[in-house]
Amino acid sequence: MSLIGRSVRRLEDRPLLTGSGRFAADVAVPDMLYMRVVRSPVAFGRLTGLRIVEALAHPGTVAVWTAEDVADIPPIGFRMTSVPGLEPYRQPVLANGHVRYVGEPMAAVFAADPYTAEDIADLVAPVIEPLAPCLDPAASPSEFAPGRSTEAAVISKAYGDLDAAFAGAHAVVALEFTVGRHSGVPLETRGAIAVPEAASGILRVYGAAKVPHYNRQALAAMLGLPLDRIHLHEGHVGGGFGIRGELYPEDVLTCAAALRLGRPVKWIEDRYEHLVAANQSRGSVHRVRAAVDEHGFILGLDDEFWLDQGGYIRTHGVAVTELTCAMLPGPYVIPAYRSVGHVRLTNKTPCGTYRAPGRFETSFVRERLVDVIADRLGLDPIVVRRRNFIAKTAMPFRREFSVLGTDVVYDTGDYAGLLDKFLNRVEWERLRADVARRRQAGEMVGLGLGFFVEKSGLGPFDDVRITLGGDGIIEVITGAASIGQGVETVMAQICADGLGTGLDCIRVIHGQTDRIARGMGAFASRVTVMTGAAVTIAAAKLRGELLTVAGRLLQTAPERLAFASDRVVVSGALDFAAIARGAGGDLTADATFTTEHMTYPYGVHLAQVRIQRDSCAIAVERFFVGYDIGRAVNPMLVEGQIVGGAAQGIGAALLEEFVYDASGQPQSVTLADYLMPTFADIPTIEVILFEDAPTPLNPLGVKGAGEAGIAAAGAAIAAAVDDALGRAGAVRQLPITPNRLHALLAELPVAER
Amino acid sequence: MSDKQDVTFTVNGEARTIRVEPRRTLADALREDCGLTGTHLGCEHGVCGACTVLVDDTPVRSCLMFAVQAEGARVRTVEGLADGDKLHPLQQAFWDHHGLQCGFCTPGFLMLAVGILERQPDIAEPELREALSSNLCRCTGYQNILKSVLAAAAEMRK
Repeated sequence: MSLIGRSVRRLEDRPLLTGSGRFAADVAVPDMLYMRVVRSPVAFGRLTGLRIVEALAHPGTVAVWTAEDVADIPPIGFRMTSVPGLEPYRQPVLANGHVRYVGEPMAAVFAADPYTAEDIADLVAPVIEPLAPCLDPAASPSEFAPGRSTEAAVISKAYGDLDAAFAGAHAVVALEFTVGRHSGVPLETRGAIAVPEAASGILRVYGAAKVPHYNRQALAAMLGLPLDRIHLHEGHVGGGFGIRGELYPEDVLTCAAALRLGRPVKWIEDRYEHLVAANQSRGSVHRVRAAVDEHGFILGLDDEFWLDQGGYIRTHGVAVTELTCAMLPGPYVIPAYRSVGHVRLTNKTPCGTYRAPGRFETSFVRERLVDVIADRLGLDPIVVRRRNFIAKTAMPFRREFSVLGTDVVYDTGDYAGLLDKFLNRVEWERLRADVARRRQAGEMVGLGLGFFVEKSGLGPFDDVRITLGGDGIIEVITGAASIGQGVETVMAQICADGLGTGLDCIRVIHGQTDRIARGMGAFASRVTVMTGAAVTIAAAKLRGELLTVAGRLLQTAPERLAFASDRVVVSGALDFAAIARGAGGDLTADATFTTEHMTYPYGVHLAQVRIQRDSCAIAVERFFVGYDIGRAVNPMLVEGQIVGGAAQGIGAALLEEFVYDASGQPQSVTLADYLMPTFADIPTIEVILFEDAPTPLNPLGVKGAGEAGIAAAGAAIAAAVDDALGRAGAVRQLPITPNRLHALLAELPVAER
Repeated sequence: MSDKQDVTFTVNGEARTIRVEPRRTLADALREDCGLTGTHLGCEHGVCGACTVLVDDTPVRSCLMFAVQAEGARVRTVEGLADGDKLHPLQQAFWDHHGLQCGFCTPGFLMLAVGILERQPDIAEPELREALSSNLCRCTGYQNILKSVLAAAAEMRK
């Protein structure tokens, strides 16, 4: 029986359950130094000096570094989506001349004990002349540096005749929407441990995540190391969500210090630091217009938005802006389109991607807009969606632009079919009737849905080597990364399926740059699609080779052989170890999978909410996700991804926001201020998986699972709150905090409040 | 701050004496001085609960307690849950029901749940949800944690 499609328990769980996991903070080596970073206390200012004499005088001080000590290290570059003109906005590893957000690294101190390092850091005194901070991304651009605007780039994607669409419109709907700043906030903070190996001259870096191979190259280049003198090692990673594992100033400082001080250096971020220093995301303002005909068909869509980038442009370049421009049209035809995104530097923590970048935001904007169009025209919002859906027969469907270096071509999909099945499964009419009855009885309850198109499986390549060793163990060496999503289990399932073996003899390697030369890592819901495809190809090759060798050893034709859990069987049997021995050495198969296109899964979120008038709290009573994944390798893990994403989406819609005061001071600097959902906030998430539209773009037909749970959560919850309020389009800003809900309630006629 | 003092307590049944600064948290003492890194630090200000351990059978945030406050106490951590190769029913249930993804919050949830179920083996679901809401998980959306704890509770009542 195939192992694909089976909800097998995870191979990676046992150490995590018994306390023997190895997260960044768990790495310890003899003679280690601890780094503590001194961070800017003001949002924007001229850094005219740093007083370090007291810090240097502390008996525990090993070193104190300021920008002068790292003047030879260039600013951090762009891993993806660079456009001309971005270089001046890169972040230096230590602030140089200016500080641009509260939390920016200004100095680093080193001591043999972490408590002592904190004591010493407290003694470093910056001299800063405060400047007026820029906090509103949509305000007129100001000066980032002499002659350089805070508008770092303008990204645009367009097709069709927009003017004609608006000229011929039956109606035009124009709205403004704001998406709050929030982020992944993994439970494990960041960390890096750099260990210079005296014997080999190799710098080994632990605490790597997400993109170890890319970061290895970047660190080597920044530190002037030959590539073979540095290796990155991923241990257990306590959540990724896009933000963990990117290259940050602290990673570079840790490595530079290990090299220059000649000792292992460990840096573990604390939670305050995480909430002011690690990538934030999402903050944006959209002004959107739609031209529609009398049936609600969208003739043209025109969006202009301003992205709150923060103090610098980090490793993602303009990826979020690009994705926002490209993903706004979603499942709808939209014959004429324009999206213009302004990348605006502000004096807040810099931003990068967070799970479903550009999709959470655009689903909110697009699906809000569709609901308002339906309301203005007196139509059922579901009918309006159906009228605008790209037809199944129009697949593959090409948008006339590209994103992340790939042409946007929706590979497969039946949007109307999924919506029908989904509404049937959730018993839509009954849900509506129940809500109507409760409203009659005076409760403020509502239902809302958001449709979305996801993207997954970003290329361009993934390499895999599968080796059968003399011990009978099959090692699957990948360039993928594991951020907790179950990579080992899923790759083992795919390998076992390809070989026809069980799971017990398979070991999956990820995130080790000394085991495989190239690797793309884990982001953009790419691992199951890309690495999985490479595993499929390599497993097929190895299977052939195993059968050939076994046939020779058993003096039987390979066609007469079959695989069991850890052996090849015929009338007699030969275990894998014996085959490897018989082959005279390890048996290895290499494979590379390449692709020029992403694959586009899709789905729908449905929320039922209750507004508590007295407290202005919003309870999510029910939450459904319908999702077509093409083919699920492990449905239990897919559902786990979706449920977890939905919980984050509920947080993003109702709770989570990085708030800054008028001087740019961050107000959300503890987990008591930045509110992540708890057990009390999350209902049972009901997941309905479909496998109706497998992709032809990879041998398994799989699409990604990682970001489906969150993509339209903000849209669905906003629509449900609108429904409860009885006002289509009332919610124009996320998160819907009690204050914002209070303001919405105050707009209602007194009798309806 | 460098005046160290001795603290004696038991960890997972084993008597330990460690010499620590008074300001050292119990979490750091367990991780750094006892080598038990299964107790994780997620916030160090008492919100996330990843560092939850049992002190005299009560779940506590080990980041909010100084090691010196544990003098004479009986401390239990995730490392003491399994009986050799045999997992504790809660560990087994978390595995069976996919109650973890990245696994960082897992030791804290396990110890919290042990504390709850030892005191209230028949705890009702709403009350259990309320009690478990004291810890944060960022990956699972909680529902498989609930399934796991309910399944373990049933197993432990057998």
